Amino acid sequence: MGRPFLFDDEPEPEVFCHPERRGECAKRIPHGVEVSLPYFEAFHDPRLASITPASHLEFRSAPEMASSGIPALDALTGGLPRGCLTEICGSASSGRTSVMLAALATATRRGEYCALIDASDALNPHALAAADVDLDRLLWVRCDENSPQRHKDTEKNLFQKRIPSRGANQSEHRLEQVLRATDLLLESGGFGLIILDLADVPYQAARRIPLTTWFRFRRAVEHKPTILLAIEQHPIAGSCSSLLLQLGSQSGSMAPIISPSHTQLLTELQINVELARSRLDRKPARSAAFETKTAWAG
Amino acid sequence: MFTCIYVPNFSIAAALRAEPELQTHALAVFEGKPPLEQIVAVNEKSRELGICPGMTKSQAELCPGIALRPRSQLQETSAHSALLDCAQSFSPVVEDTARDTVLLDLAGMESLFGSLTKISYEIFDRATALGLNANVVTASNPNAALVAARGLSVTPATGRLSRGHPSTSLRTGPAPAPNSAQGLWVIVILPGKEAGKLAPLPVDVLFDENLEDDQKEEAARLLETLDRWGIRNLRALAALPEVSLSERLGQQGLHLQKLARGAASRTLAQVEAPLVFEEAMELEHPIVLLEPLAFLLNRLLEQLCARLASRALATQELRLTLELSNLTGVDDEFENVGIPSESDESREDLRGRQSAQCKAEEDRRLFPSVILSGAGSTRSAIPAESKDPYSQQSSLRWNRAPQHNSRQTRFIRKLSLPLPMLDAKIFLKLLQLDLNAHPPGAPIIKIYLSAEPARPRSAQGGLFLPPSPEPEKLELTLARIAGIVGEQRVGAVELLDTHHPEGFRMRRFVAEVARKVPQRKSPDAAEAEAAVTALRRFRPPLHANVTLENSQPIRLMCPRKKEVQGEILWKAGPWRFSGDWWEREAWSRNEWDLALRNDDTVAFYRLVHDLLAGEWFVEGTYD
Repeated sequence: MGRPFLFDDEPEPEVFCHPERRGECAKRIPHGVEVSLPYFEAFHDPRLASITPASHLEFRSAPEMASSGIPALDALTGGLPRGCLTEICGSASSGRTSVMLAALATATRRGEYCALIDASDALNPHALAAADVDLDRLLWVRCDENSPQRHKDTEKNLFQKRIPSRGANQSEHRLEQVLRATDLLLESGGFGLIILDLADVPYQAARRIPLTTWFRFRRAVEHKPTILLAIEQHPIAGSCSSLLLQLGSQSGSMAPIISPSHTQLLTELQINVELARSRLDRKPARSAAFETKTAWAG
Repeated sequence: MFTCIYVPNFSIAAALRAEPELQTHALAVFEGKPPLEQIVAVNEKSRELGICPGMTKSQAELCPGIALRPRSQLQETSAHSALLDCAQSFSPVVEDTARDTVLLDLAGMESLFGSLTKISYEIFDRATALGLNANVVTASNPNAALVAARGLSVTPATGRLSRGHPSTSLRTGPAPAPNSAQGLWVIVILPGKEAGKLAPLPVDVLFDENLEDDQKEEAARLLETLDRWGIRNLRALAALPEVSLSERLGQQGLHLQKLARGAASRTLAQVEAPLVFEEAMELEHPIVLLEPLAFLLNRLLEQLCARLASRALATQELRLTLELSNLTGVDDEFENVGIPSESDESREDLRGRQSAQCKAEEDRRLFPSVILSGAGSTRSAIPAESKDPYSQQSSLRWNRAPQHNSRQTRFIRKLSLPLPMLDAKIFLKLLQLDLNAHPPGAPIIKIYLSAEPARPRSAQGGLFLPPSPEPEKLELTLARIAGIVGEQRVGAVELLDTHHPEGFRMRRFVAEVARKVPQRKSPDAAEAEAAVTALRRFRPPLHANVTLENSQPIRLMCPRKKEVQGEILWKAGPWRFSGDWWEREAWSRNEWDLALRNDDTVAFYRLVHDLLAGEWFVEGTYD
């Protein structure tokens, strides 16, 4: 039973509740059509008893937020949402890896198992230790363009030898590995934090990931206590991400060198983070700043 | 009370255990060298078709619809091990009476498993689950149980001893419906009722089937004597006067009479069955595809898991050994692969040491991965005559490779698991993935599969513990990811005790439910700390062309990465590092931290001057 069509010049029909069932929103009947259409009877049809009007569906509960490990970031966003996809974007030296390590350290400190799918094999294990990440709880997947090619198991001949791929587009091969590994890890479950590190993948290659893939990831992680985090140069997941953070370095203006280089030391980076988009709360874009320190800065 | 588990027609039972789909077919087992193969065992359907032991294989092949299988010592040994496992799962006091017979002492077991009838039915069910159709007889003494179990077989094993059909009055309880048609029995003989229950059985059940030649003659002589006396069954033998029997047949006659009366008791010769779980399969036709191999592996794994489950064990290591046949075109490839045996050495001597070394080097070049060792698996292709991996610990009597075929090789894969598991489907998938990554390279003619027993893990998750990956599922996921990115490129990180910038290694990732949450710092204190400026490495490092001024870099250009180039805006350094000078892989370098303009922002990089090679590299970016 469908809702009657309305023309532009027609007034929108008023809606009232049945006097005997006042307060039950499922029995709302548009005024003026109750005679012409067996609307009221239709709602009494037991076959339609389980149907709830879309306007009265329950609101989706807000996702549980977990600390990112950086107080300024938590104050800005409320943390990282579980069961959602979060994108962290920025250029080189914008603090993406620092945020990633802080999230890993906090998650492992909570006792959760984490997985890092490293598209560029760029992770520095000593930085993990410096960030106080529990290495036993971190699964590191190192993608590589020289990894074995995919093939069908059932058609595998026992004589066949593994031939590493050569000459193929490296970024595409790495991306394929990232996506397949992510699918498997999301399906496996049990991880508190899964990170896709696409920070060094060229934007031209990263944006070729179809939106359907991101939609599949979003659906796979939905209703699970897993934080899905994507580190990239520019936003590529579109509306599939629930939270989009844009990072940037504030140290763009460098003073000219006036002292000898051996007397200088890289001790910290000033990071500016902007909440570019959030589906969790509809507030205007805001920003915050924090600093990251090198391991030797003390 | 004692229980006897007897598997009638053992050769057929072993063949059916390996190929359960033949249960409904006419099956005959033959033995001998071609063309003189003879039928040695048949099942009931074959007997109905007129096939009987002693016929030649050619004669049997004339019968349409019959399945002919060679007698396999491997299958029979596996079936015997399964029989022992079945008995050991109910009682620690077990006697390995014969390959088809096991006796066990049930003293004190009633309080654990229930009544004797219930125990007998459970033994029957356990044997069926292990792929064995057995008679189970419980009696007050082991000999009475043994005689009753053997006498109740309605399908004569080899035809050597003709046994009559048992009286239905012996049966104290119905056998399970699916097996009742196969003439299997589950009987409990109450104390004092032995003579009456054994009375209808034929006399020849008192003699073992597997006697030596001289014992066979003696048994035949005794049977002939009794037959001439008109003694056909145990009732008649039990009724003979003892003194007269002793005068004519001596002590042996008296012992036979005691057996017939069910009064001859003895002590069980207890065996300690070793915890060795191995299954093997010999193939008629070589396998070259993974799919049929997976089908056979599934069957072996299910049998292995059922045996482990019967002993309340799991496994942490699976070892798959495939015997490969020589293959036209690849014979030479496998001839000298692996560890050379003595025969190989002598052959090499004949050819000359120098040519042998050249050949070995060529082989290594052609097959660099023939001998591998990794965190999770090892592979070695070993000449069959040179190394028997089971010679030290195996309870199986492996069929050695034929002497005339010295080119057969063994392909070994070891599947190490982080935690004890017992899931045949998971094992099968892991083996499939492993074989997918490491194909044997030649047709397979024999399959050996063994499991290292381990205690099942006992871990209980807490309501308030964070979720962790399920170990079985995680292991499968890791194996699949390893198939995508490579074996050594997935796992957990372990830092090495070195100052080398890449001083780490990958190790197996294990998610333990019972692992405690680390409490190194309080969460608030840890979060109050500033985030760490991390270095993102370029692997391999980017080769750089550097312009120096006063020995300090002022301009940088990376051919491989266009954005890493330009005037150096800011720099700090050099910081000198060196190490491992006592090793061949010594390293010495100067490091610079520098800033470059990257579009409208500034990016920080680590520049490295390799002092030994004299080259400049950009090692990574600070992010």
